[in-house]
Amino acid sequence: MTLAGWTSEGRPLLAGVASGIALVLREPLSFWGGVEPATGLIIDGHHPAQGQRVAGRILVMPHGRGSSSSSTVLAEGLGAGTGPLAILLGEPDGILLLGALVARELGLADCPIVVIGAVWQQVRDGDLVSVAADGSVQVGPTS
Amino acid sequence: MLAGELGPATALGMRIVIAMAEAAGAERLIDITGAHIDGCLYHGPVGLGFAERLAADEAQVRVPTTLNVSALDLLHPDRVRLAEPARSEARRQMAAYESMGCRPTWTCAPYQLLERPVFGEHVCWAESNAIVFANTVLGARTDRYGDFMDICAAITGRVPAAGLHLDENRLGSVVFRLSGISEGAPGHEAFWALLGHVVGARSGNEVPVIVGAREGVPEDHLKALGAGAASSGSVALIHVVGTTPEAPTRRDALGGRPPLRTIDIGPADLRDAAAELTGADVSGALRAVSVGTPHLSLAGFERLTPMLAATRIHPDVTFYVSTGRDVLREVEAQGWLAVYRAAGIRLVVDTCTYITPVLGPEETLVMTDSAKWAWYAPGNLGISTVFGTLEDCVRSAAAGRVIRDFGWLDV
Repeated sequence: MTLAGWTSEGRPLLAGVASGIALVLREPLSFWGGVEPATGLIIDGHHPAQGQRVAGRILVMPHGRGSSSSSTVLAEGLGAGTGPLAILLGEPDGILLLGALVARELGLADCPIVVIGAVWQQVRDGDLVSVAADGSVQVGPTS
Repeated sequence: MLAGELGPATALGMRIVIAMAEAAGAERLIDITGAHIDGCLYHGPVGLGFAERLAADEAQVRVPTTLNVSALDLLHPDRVRLAEPARSEARRQMAAYESMGCRPTWTCAPYQLLERPVFGEHVCWAESNAIVFANTVLGARTDRYGDFMDICAAITGRVPAAGLHLDENRLGSVVFRLSGISEGAPGHEAFWALLGHVVGARSGNEVPVIVGAREGVPEDHLKALGAGAASSGSVALIHVVGTTPEAPTRRDALGGRPPLRTIDIGPADLRDAAAELTGADVSGALRAVSVGTPHLSLAGFERLTPMLAATRIHPDVTFYVSTGRDVLREVEAQGWLAVYRAAGIRLVVDTCTYITPVLGPEETLVMTDSAKWAWYAPGNLGISTVFGTLEDCVRSAAAGRVIRDFGWLDV
């Protein structure tokens, strides 16, 4: 697969390598009350992406939202294999970082988290995204 | 600590605190005087595994630490329908946090306990409604912490010098101006819950400032405001000019800077909020009412008790009241529990009715006076909610159908 797209230098909150298809959320999502860890399904009825799955995707959103329990819900999803492959954010979010950190500390899964600033808005749903350990992000169409 | 001289649990805690500090761009750590732990609520094997790993490594908290709600009601075990193995695992998770020296308070409203942080104190509180209350009402300083960080801060006694711990990040930046609101409306707790819902949804990551309210807004109203705002948005501090400690004036709240935006809030916005917190069809039989999210305060019981004493709850309606075990003890000391027994009220402690299976299968349309409950329960429980005032909740529970009157918004 070739990537003909653009790159951006992000700041890794949790450095790591990942590559996959983007799921872009225009509205911030609270994992607690918003994602079912057993399936990775977005269950927040207030959220426009309700019914989509975060599992196996590169999740892209402006920032985090809502409950403190989102850390645990993300970690549970990562433990159950239904979590995202990586998370790209417009602004830093400590709550999501904690979930990914603990999943790594417990040896369950690696979910890099990278802050890419306002260019998050230029990622399109379905784009192929590669995240490198230094936080650089490569974005291109899938076909 | 990082090197492990205080044991592997403290080293793990410090690794996480430092990763959080780096993410936030903090140059140093600061000492805290207390912590409130949200991570004691069971969600699955990962949260349990983390707690048991810390406990097995003999972690002990270095500061006074309280515990948030759990998935069980230890005083009324049969009120929670959680099945095995989740039930036993939830209990193990609670035991792990107790073994680390945390106080088994099991409440989402630690600010209703006798000892609470005072103005200017740095703490690490998790649980979004507790965070916003600590910053807004107490003037204590906590950032918006999540699960895991809470216990790591408690066992290391440190947090990053970042976020709402720093003066410059506590200044307001978006003004919400009350306009065309009736004289009496702010006397209703529901007004503040609805306002919170609107403020949370429209603040983004900014610090909101509310102007136009009379001085001296009571704590329970500020609690409803904060809980609503921290559910619809990520708000962790609200300045209510004339009431909250860092906002004697609009100028103080904004630090003398012009706001990024000024948003007028009128009765129509609050009606819209009530509609957003209410399901599409509320015409069916009402089978349940749930109040006490966040946990009902003693002042809340003082309001509710005479209402229930004067009402006969419809036989098909279950009326739930969630509170903390410490507040329940005070309610008992006041001699009010007889009213709750006579009315058949189901008191729930140590947990809440929307985070663990408490409701019966037929309780699919539920009325509440909590913006937070109305926001989260449909997704968590697959039910339909109706938002109303506490008075309307009691009236509806007596009738067995929804009765609501928002006329007080305009009059």
